[in-house]
Amino acid sequence: MESKVTTREAIISQFRDGQIIAIGGQTGRYMPERLIGCILDSGARHLTIYSIDTSDPGVGVGRLIDAGVVDRIITTHVGTNPVTNAQIQAGTLEAELSPMGNFIERIRCGGLGLGGVLTKTGLGTVVEQSKQVVRVNGERYLLEPALRADVAITRCRRADPIGNLTYQGASGRASHPVIATCGALSIVECDHFCDLGEIAPDQVEVPGMFIDMILV
Amino acid sequence: MDHRHLIAKRAAAYFKSGDVVNLGIGIPSLCGNYAEPGVLFQAENGYIGVGPIAEGLMVNERMVNAGGIPFVPVPGASAFDVAMSFGVIRSGRMAATVLGALQVSEGGDLANWASPGRAFGMGGAMDLCNGARKVIVAMEHCTREGAPKIVNECSLPYTGRACVNHIVTELCVIDVTENGLLLRELAPGHTVEEVQAKTEPVLLIADDLKEMAF
Repeated sequence: MESKVTTREAIISQFRDGQIIAIGGQTGRYMPERLIGCILDSGARHLTIYSIDTSDPGVGVGRLIDAGVVDRIITTHVGTNPVTNAQIQAGTLEAELSPMGNFIERIRCGGLGLGGVLTKTGLGTVVEQSKQVVRVNGERYLLEPALRADVAITRCRRADPIGNLTYQGASGRASHPVIATCGALSIVECDHFCDLGEIAPDQVEVPGMFIDMILV
Repeated sequence: MDHRHLIAKRAAAYFKSGDVVNLGIGIPSLCGNYAEPGVLFQAENGYIGVGPIAEGLMVNERMVNAGGIPFVPVPGASAFDVAMSFGVIRSGRMAATVLGALQVSEGGDLANWASPGRAFGMGGAMDLCNGARKVIVAMEHCTREGAPKIVNECSLPYTGRACVNHIVTELCVIDVTENGLLLRELAPGHTVEEVQAKTEPVLLIADDLKEMAF
């Protein structure tokens, strides 16, 4: 078994124009900032981003927005970032706004082999307009289709060489464990790198099989 | 006490010990200062048991709530990911949520995620207003321009339909009922006529109309 620890240069070489990249984290706190730096250094443009929000200018996803390398975003909230709003108004950024619970379930479905999820959230609102409505046991639900990304980038507290991951806290967990599952390529940056066996099996939240590359 | 805190204090009186409650940003976020002991606060990013604002050495970026405020956990707190967090919200386990509003309609519809020319996003509000057992709107009674925010029909995009239970403002407490909006409490120094003049739908007046207790 080989270590998944990967050099920064090798990670940079994974990013291409037009990719869909899912990014873990919320409110611009505990973002995978070093991996976002890799995206910027790759020069990749015309990206589609899946993330809960677009942070603030200069922070997290906001750094990609500032650089003008994002064409399209599926997100739940853009109110914290005036640059995002300016790009939406100017027509250079296309945004699909999704309720947060629907967004994360779409990601979870994409990561765990499901086609989509049925939810009542968004019924009777503009969210319903673009969705299929399904009736189950006499109740109406929106069908929210799964989201899969080309690359998922996330951050974790601890990782071992095969990509078993642990998290800590609220913002320190947030969407990271779910986003980590939804990419054809899943890259994680860790705060602490552990030896194999150092993370007890019961503490592992994302098993290493979901992870392809680790930035230590 | 400024009127934003007065609104928050009255809204917090709806919580009881053992409740798990979610607070929106703005005035709702102030409710945590006034809840009775034993109420547990949720953060959408995946936490139940959000305690006081963290300071000094207690600040770390892994312990920040969904509004970006660093916090200290209370005993009995639990951490989980966003998928579990919204499962908690949708499945009816959340006793109450307090949300801000741009508009609330006579039928209890809520609009709070997009204003003309600016759709800032619904975040977790659509899940909360459908999933929480009690939806409390805590807001200033009128817009900055003095227009009513309690309206016959929302003109702004809906967050949820027929979902609001209680409206708390600096002027009054209103319940959304099957028969219409019922004025339950009036803030000291204000009159029914004044509240009605600042509210678009015709209000029903409770037989036991009370003074708002802060």
